Amino acid sequence: MTQPMVRLSGLYKIFGARDKDVLQHVKGGMGKEELLAQHGHVLGLNNINVDMQAGEITVVMGLSGSGKSTLIRHLNRLIEPTAGEIIVQGEDVMQLSEDGLRHARQEKMSMVFQKFALLPHKTVLKNAGMPLSVRGEDEATCDREAAKWLDRVGLSGFENHYPAQLSGGMQQRVGIARALSANTPIMLMDEAFSALDPLIRTDMQDLLLELQKELHKTIIFITHDLDEALKLADHLVILKDGFVVQQGEPQHILLNPSDPYIEDFVSDINRARVLRVRSVMTPLGGDKVPADAHGEVDVNDTLESMIARSGGDTSHAYIVKDGEQTVGTLDMTELVRALVPRVASKAGARQS
Amino acid sequence: MAFYDKLFSALGLSEWCGTSDDKAPLSLADLAAQAGGEEASGPLMPIPSFDNLHESCNRIWQSRDVTNGIEEGFLAAKPVLKTVLDPITQPLSWMLDGALWLFEAMPWFIMVPLLVAISWYASRSRPVTIFVAVSIMLLAVVDHYDVAMQTLSIIFVCTTISVLFGVPIGIAMSKSDRLQKSVIPLLDLLQTLPTFVYLIPLIFLFSVTESKLYGIAIILYAIVPVIRLTDLGIRLVDQDVIEAANAFGMNDRQKLMRVQLPLALPNIMAGINQTIMMSLAMVVIASLVSAPGLGVNVLRGIRNLELGVGIVAGIGIVLLAVILDRVSKAALTRVDKTQVKH
Repeated sequence: MTQPMVRLSGLYKIFGARDKDVLQHVKGGMGKEELLAQHGHVLGLNNINVDMQAGEITVVMGLSGSGKSTLIRHLNRLIEPTAGEIIVQGEDVMQLSEDGLRHARQEKMSMVFQKFALLPHKTVLKNAGMPLSVRGEDEATCDREAAKWLDRVGLSGFENHYPAQLSGGMQQRVGIARALSANTPIMLMDEAFSALDPLIRTDMQDLLLELQKELHKTIIFITHDLDEALKLADHLVILKDGFVVQQGEPQHILLNPSDPYIEDFVSDINRARVLRVRSVMTPLGGDKVPADAHGEVDVNDTLESMIARSGGDTSHAYIVKDGEQTVGTLDMTELVRALVPRVASKAGARQS
Repeated sequence: MAFYDKLFSALGLSEWCGTSDDKAPLSLADLAAQAGGEEASGPLMPIPSFDNLHESCNRIWQSRDVTNGIEEGFLAAKPVLKTVLDPITQPLSWMLDGALWLFEAMPWFIMVPLLVAISWYASRSRPVTIFVAVSIMLLAVVDHYDVAMQTLSIIFVCTTISVLFGVPIGIAMSKSDRLQKSVIPLLDLLQTLPTFVYLIPLIFLFSVTESKLYGIAIILYAIVPVIRLTDLGIRLVDQDVIEAANAFGMNDRQKLMRVQLPLALPNIMAGINQTIMMSLAMVVIASLVSAPGLGVNVLRGIRNLELGVGIVAGIGIVLLAVILDRVSKAALTRVDKTQVKH
């Protein structure tokens, strides 16, 4: 496997004056509550090991207080870790000088914020071109690039407005255009869509996926919304109390939750809409294709569309195609079984 | 026989205190007692003040020694202070004299339109501009144009200097908590010290004929709000925006010039508005130490009980204050772009 774009290994963050001293307790297995009660320090991150691959969207999901915003701020060292390594493109971020770090923030990583964080006294155009002007590009270049990306996120015509004149969704489009105009390989998105209302949020998710199809950035996306996480993620990392509970391919996590916490999480999801044929099909063993197949389906169809297609008849079976190639078979009985969570809302899961 | 005699003998200090042959000058109360021929019968137990203790023990100071001490200390330090401060502050005299000369030498038919134009440029508000024009003409009609211009020129110089020094001091304070903690008591002192008290040490230091005397007094008094509000304004800048500036790799200078100062500008402008108002208040009091302008007429009104002169000059000051306040407030609203709505 190629080198990951970003590698976090053994990353710890403890908030407090004597963070280095209490680190040994955390390494010895002390939990968040105990640490706070006995030493008055807050455990932010606990032994994080995550590889983020180039060109993928890595979604870090967790409830508030799980350390996800802390995690993303470590990548560009807006927060200093207590211990651990942060390797970006093979370079240790912790070893960078002040200038080197500033350079990395300008050239390698751009960021989109939950509260937009635009400059209120600058026009939309100047806001979008800000990363370039920080680098010292001339004004014409900044404006040209900014206008290009504003157009790309659907904001042409608003260049000379001020942020306060735009709606939340439009302001966040400016935020995205600003991050894109920096033209960095990595984009950090900190709850970028959480402050927007649901319909606009869906629009923005679609916009992001569409841009990603073209640009192939390495995106690290923070969210507390599992639907959003499942929609966007190539690689999903679930955080709880500062440690990684489970990480992997989202469909895999959904079908094989490793922990009651995650089972509880995924039990509320509309699985038919999220799961895809490839996750529930029977891979082609040898060459036998069922003769009674009712048709051919694509590996990336959702189960919802399959139910609609079969008219709810569980006796149907389909041939699964990945492009031209036949890759497996789909039995509707299997499909229906996959719709029920493995431990269907087991009582007490919520308390754990 | 004074009240605290027993105390000193009980402590075995009678020797150290010496005999009570009073070589120190008598206090006023003693003189009154002697003149009246009565025993100075104080309260049951007098306050253990320097004067009361002195009656029992010669070695204890009298309170007048304290004030004398301060005065002598200041006089002793005066030559050094003067050699240091005189050259540093000399440009202030030149600026004040220069501005006074310029404002007076400029013919009124150039000066008045110029002031109106400045008001328009700063405020972009028609009512404010018209008000400025009418007020200046009113002052001119009652022959107060010259004195008003003198006052204005002093305010102009002192406010400019206050801003030039105050804003950088405020920025430095916002960067360092330690500096903020040490400067704030000084600012409190400058703000609460009665305005007349500013003048006393300055009269000792500089000659009353020098314009920097009142210049320094006005600047010390008026610089406080611009420092405070610059510091506050920068500290109040939205931390999310600062974080974004960091995330995109701005250096400290870029952060200051592109984010902190522009976002703090409404607060800084409010500070400048206060600074202008306070220099106007002080310029009137500074007429006691030869500051020219409307204050002189007020002073004349008080000294000679010329009611009309005092009141006309007083109204002139009010007009000037309202002009300066409205123009700077209108300018403030104009720069506050964060308030822009649809």
